[in-house]
Amino acid sequence: MSKATTPLLSVRDLAISFRTHRGIVRVVDGVSFDLAAGECLAIVGESGCGKTVSAMAIVSLLSRKQAIIEGSVKFKGRELVGLSEDQLRPIRGGGIGVIFQEPLSALNPVTTIGEQIAEVIVAHRKLSWKEAHKLAVGYLEQVEISQPEQRAKQYPHQLSGGMRQRAMIAMALSGEPSMIIADEPTTALDVTIQAQVLDLLRRTTTERGAALLLITHDLGVVAETADRIAVMYAGQIVETGKAASVLRAPASPYTRDLITSIPSFAARGKKLNTITGMVPSPDAFPAGCRFAPRCRYAIDACTTAVPPLEPLKDGRLVRCIRTKEVLDGTAAGKRPAATTKKGAAR
Amino acid sequence: MSKTVARSKSTSKVKAKAPSASESPWTQARRRFFAGRQGPWGLRMLGFVLLFVIVGPFFAPYDRFSIPNPSEFVFLGRPPSAEHIFGETAQLQLDVFMLTVNGGRGSLLIGFISAIGGIAIGTFVGIISGYFGGKLDGFLMRLVDVFLAIPSLFVIIVGARIISELGGTGLMTVIIVFVAFGWMGTARLVRGQVLGLREMEFIEAARALGVSPVRIALRHVLPNAIGPVVVSFPFAVGGAIIGEAFISYLGFGVSPLTPTWGNMLSNSQQFFLQGNWWWVGFPGLFIVLTALSVNMVGDALRESLEPEGRRA
Repeated sequence: MSKATTPLLSVRDLAISFRTHRGIVRVVDGVSFDLAAGECLAIVGESGCGKTVSAMAIVSLLSRKQAIIEGSVKFKGRELVGLSEDQLRPIRGGGIGVIFQEPLSALNPVTTIGEQIAEVIVAHRKLSWKEAHKLAVGYLEQVEISQPEQRAKQYPHQLSGGMRQRAMIAMALSGEPSMIIADEPTTALDVTIQAQVLDLLRRTTTERGAALLLITHDLGVVAETADRIAVMYAGQIVETGKAASVLRAPASPYTRDLITSIPSFAARGKKLNTITGMVPSPDAFPAGCRFAPRCRYAIDACTTAVPPLEPLKDGRLVRCIRTKEVLDGTAAGKRPAATTKKGAAR
Repeated sequence: MSKTVARSKSTSKVKAKAPSASESPWTQARRRFFAGRQGPWGLRMLGFVLLFVIVGPFFAPYDRFSIPNPSEFVFLGRPPSAEHIFGETAQLQLDVFMLTVNGGRGSLLIGFISAIGGIAIGTFVGIISGYFGGKLDGFLMRLVDVFLAIPSLFVIIVGARIISELGGTGLMTVIIVFVAFGWMGTARLVRGQVLGLREMEFIEAARALGVSPVRIALRHVLPNAIGPVVVSFPFAVGGAIIGEAFISYLGFGVSPLTPTWGNMLSNSQQFFLQGNWWWVGFPGLFIVLTALSVNMVGDALRESLEPEGRRA
């Protein structure tokens, strides 16, 4: 695939604030990333770090009353921030499809699966309902649902969890978008079918050259599917780059902690690493590096100014003033290095 | 309504089939409805009342307005007999069966049309108010407050006088006033449902995939908000029938020239204490039967729709 000069989606300095009773609170701050056609970018982070909000802001799905979106979101060169609902409608579903976390609540309980897919088809293509219903069956077949004709006539409660998420994927695909946003698509699913659904999602998007923006907190999901990764913490991107290099040698202490806190079979019997503390609330972000209070590498300099996103040699961007030490520490060995560092830092 | 009775047969067929086929939450609710005792019996009673009102006139050979032969005149009227199975009224000696059959038409018309009208307007207002919100919502809800603040009885009394001076029968007045003052509850109910539904993920999902707002309102919001409205319908019918009886009893409802169960009660009350129980009793019995049956249907509907109707 040739690399296009202009990316499919280009997000620049995206900032999202919410009007709350305690005043305006900035939840996402200065998020920038690109997504090329056919590429899969994963946005990773703990709950409450702003990843879902950032993704939903791309197609302005946040409440207009409460959310203030600043910055720029360009899709195929067209600015999306500030468009009206009417202007956004053809882009939603037709240009950018969305898959939600919980398929049961994202499907209308009193409408058949086929009808809900046909609805998206009719919204974006000049087709009759009859043709759309026929096409809907085809989409169900593409997402590998057996007996698609019968399934199309069924209601969400008659399908299993995995099938519902497949149906949701079919719905998102049916507008033939050039990009899909999947918000934690496997979180609500049984572990045994997570991999299947993920594989299906990756395959169906690759087949039609569509890009995939994957929102997840599961690094296992990322390792299997994503080309690139953007790690978010407290509303900012702390590290972004090729998935393989970020996962192999994380340069930000936060990414490092995230990776070491995955339970693994190799480390069985040992105490699982956890990140102490909680993601700070958006109205109480610490000054300086937002991860500093929880960081085992933190020094005094970390709390004075927000570190900039700086490029490394391999092209990834990292928001940490001690990148070098973190990477060296990784090279020196895993846990012992971390504990000594902790002692040195405090 | 006889259609609903017929549906009970087709449902038993559905029950016999394996549940693997497409089964909407409505099908499930219908099955729960007919599995109970209250719902089917309520429908049977209602069916009986409707049959009585529709078929009854063909079996009653008497003219409602015939003047009795002075030689046969009994001031208090005659009690039920083989000839007049519901007896005769006092004064004009009209056949009570005839009056009850024809009065039912008026009462049921008022009951069903006011309920349908009020609920249709209320649902429409509620959907618009809840889904589109904003200033329109504020305006419509204030309108609801205004209508709730006006005493409907007063409007009925004034309205009845105006219409009767224009030569109307009063049936329309009562219906118009009942509709005009019967939509606010439904509007609030539906608006509340819609406000909750608007935040549901499937509404957001439809919006995220480019479905138009009108279609979302009609195909996603409305069917999910309609459960409580369906439940309120039978109660609204019962309420309107009893309401008509009440205002006719007060003498402000439908004119005695158009019999309704309500104005029959009103006309007969003074003769009850003198021993004419049948003139009061039969229309009273039918009011009770109708109200009881619609309330039974309503209760059964609530039980079959609300436990998991919208979650299913």
